Amino acid sequence: MSITTFIIISIIKSVAVIGVLLTAVAYSVWLERKVSAHIQNRWGPTRVGPFGLLQPLADGAKFIFKEDLTQPHVYKPLYIAAPMIALVFAITSISVIPFGNWVNLGPWGTYLQITDLNIGLLVVLGITSMGVYGVALAGWASNNKYSLLGGLRASAQMISYEVSLGLSLVGVLIVSGSMSLRDIVDYQGGVFWHFIPRWNIFHGQTLAFFIYLISAYAETNRTPFDLPEAESELVAGYHTEYSAMKFAMFFMAEYANMVTVACLATLLFLGGWHGPIFGPPILQAVMPVVWFCLKVFFFMFLYVWVRWTLPRFRYDQLMAFGWKVLLPLAVLNIVVTALIVAWRA
Amino acid sequence: MENIPLSYYLMLSGILFVCGVLGFLIKRNIITIFMSIELMLNGVNLSFVAFAAQWHSLSGQIFVFFVMVVAAAEAAVGLAIIIAVYRTRETLNVDQVNLLKL
Amino acid sequence: MLHLILFLFFGAICVAGAINLLAQSHPINSALSLIVVMAALAAEYLLLGAEFVAAVQVIVYAGAIMVLFVITIMLLNAGKEEHTKGSRVAILLGVPGVITGAVLVAWTLLFRGHTSSVTIGAEPGSPQAIARLLFHDFLLPFEVTSVLILIAIMGAVVLASRPEAVAHRPAKSDHKELPELVASGKEH
Repeated sequence: MSITTFIIISIIKSVAVIGVLLTAVAYSVWLERKVSAHIQNRWGPTRVGPFGLLQPLADGAKFIFKEDLTQPHVYKPLYIAAPMIALVFAITSISVIPFGNWVNLGPWGTYLQITDLNIGLLVVLGITSMGVYGVALAGWASNNKYSLLGGLRASAQMISYEVSLGLSLVGVLIVSGSMSLRDIVDYQGGVFWHFIPRWNIFHGQTLAFFIYLISAYAETNRTPFDLPEAESELVAGYHTEYSAMKFAMFFMAEYANMVTVACLATLLFLGGWHGPIFGPPILQAVMPVVWFCLKVFFFMFLYVWVRWTLPRFRYDQLMAFGWKVLLPLAVLNIVVTALIVAWRA
Repeated sequence: MENIPLSYYLMLSGILFVCGVLGFLIKRNIITIFMSIELMLNGVNLSFVAFAAQWHSLSGQIFVFFVMVVAAAEAAVGLAIIIAVYRTRETLNVDQVNLLKL
Repeated sequence: MLHLILFLFFGAICVAGAINLLAQSHPINSALSLIVVMAALAAEYLLLGAEFVAAVQVIVYAGAIMVLFVITIMLLNAGKEEHTKGSRVAILLGVPGVITGAVLVAWTLLFRGHTSSVTIGAEPGSPQAIARLLFHDFLLPFEVTSVLILIAIMGAVVLASRPEAVAHRPAKSDHKELPELVASGKEH
């Protein structure tokens, strides 16, 4: 494959993946509104299109036309840059996530992934670490004591739970032997005991799965860990002073982080795109992507379900839980996994 | 993809180190002095990795880990000391931290 | 050609960030320039093939240590620097002196140094290779650094905790306030 073909295919893949990601972000907002409405025994958006499906378009138009207030007392450069930082890092981490296997389109073929790095998992962790800056700088630049407190609390919470997030993934790395996301998914093919699929959640990493899920909820600042941005607490936390397009960027960044977490959870623990494949060859090429999307959808639904069911943690309970419960459990998981793998070898 | 001389990397490492030394000498805010120390450590890390590439030995990259660990430990303890100093003297200007006992 | 272009691009970002760190007067701007320097350095490590080191640089250095710096700057809210007489002397003498030393070292490296050339990805540092070295040949330093981190954690927690007994105040407060300070100290 020549260099120009490679560049053209990469550009097409990047545009397609980011387009799909932004649509998924918009419709996860719709999902949240509908599911929360049904949990609370009401209807949710029903008027804008069938089942309210065009509601995200209406919201996007509203955000574009809303008045973009810029207070005079804010620190201008960081005030404008912080939502962009948050959004850029939230969208970039999708670039190493594989969606399916090799596909052949005419004379060219490609993996369904923008790029396959052999440190892919570390790249996702690194981009998540850099995403803390969007929150911290937004709180600082707003020049407002509630925003500063919310920003400091949110960034301290995010860096605390990053530790148990990373450590819970080490168990998966020990078992799979590679940091490339494609290799980790390939390891989970097949079945054991004749019908249970060999996904990591069944095949040894159950504790790591739950630690990962809880740490990811705290990392993306979602209930029950959303004290920094709760409306009844610090006004609205670090995005108090933001309106219109900048607030929309924070909003999109939060949901894009949720989508990334859901994709990682399916890849690492639920077997990625593995699932029963049947039908004619054209369907067989598409089935892995369908299974991947179904599993990601399950995790998005779980996010919304947990949000509207559980009450919020207080900040000291949150930090105590992260450092005193999740971190020792994650280390215990690593030790037990390493012992079992070494005993088997 | 041709070769470039290793001395280019070493010069970049030297420039970063020199900027760190300059920051350490001319800045008056304790935290900025601390950040100049981190800049010096980063310059040194670059020269470790560059020599690892020349001599084809991974020990250079391993040593970068140890430098990072030491930098992390030093940053944690140093920032705790800065917070303690700020609590008592209410200033972060290094020229005003000049009395042993207030 | 490609190697030179990429090296110069990221090298220019590094140097611009380092000079910006010196030029800015508010510490938060210096912190942000340092983050840019660290990210560009991670790209330089990738050019030399050290992929695991580059990822760890972004995760640990730019993503955790600098977050610590940024949080401390926000917490202490120090404000812009003032220039005193001592700092003007330091600028006048220090900048030419250090730059002279740097030019000497650079001249020696360029014209008298015996170094060869490197390609892109000269020493591929994959996680497996690094782990093999780290846990076999460098096991003792690895364990010693874990003890070092434990000591640093304990030190940071002890140094940054609030004093529970009499609260210290600067000399300008008068001693009549001491009983109230003791009372408020006991509430902690």
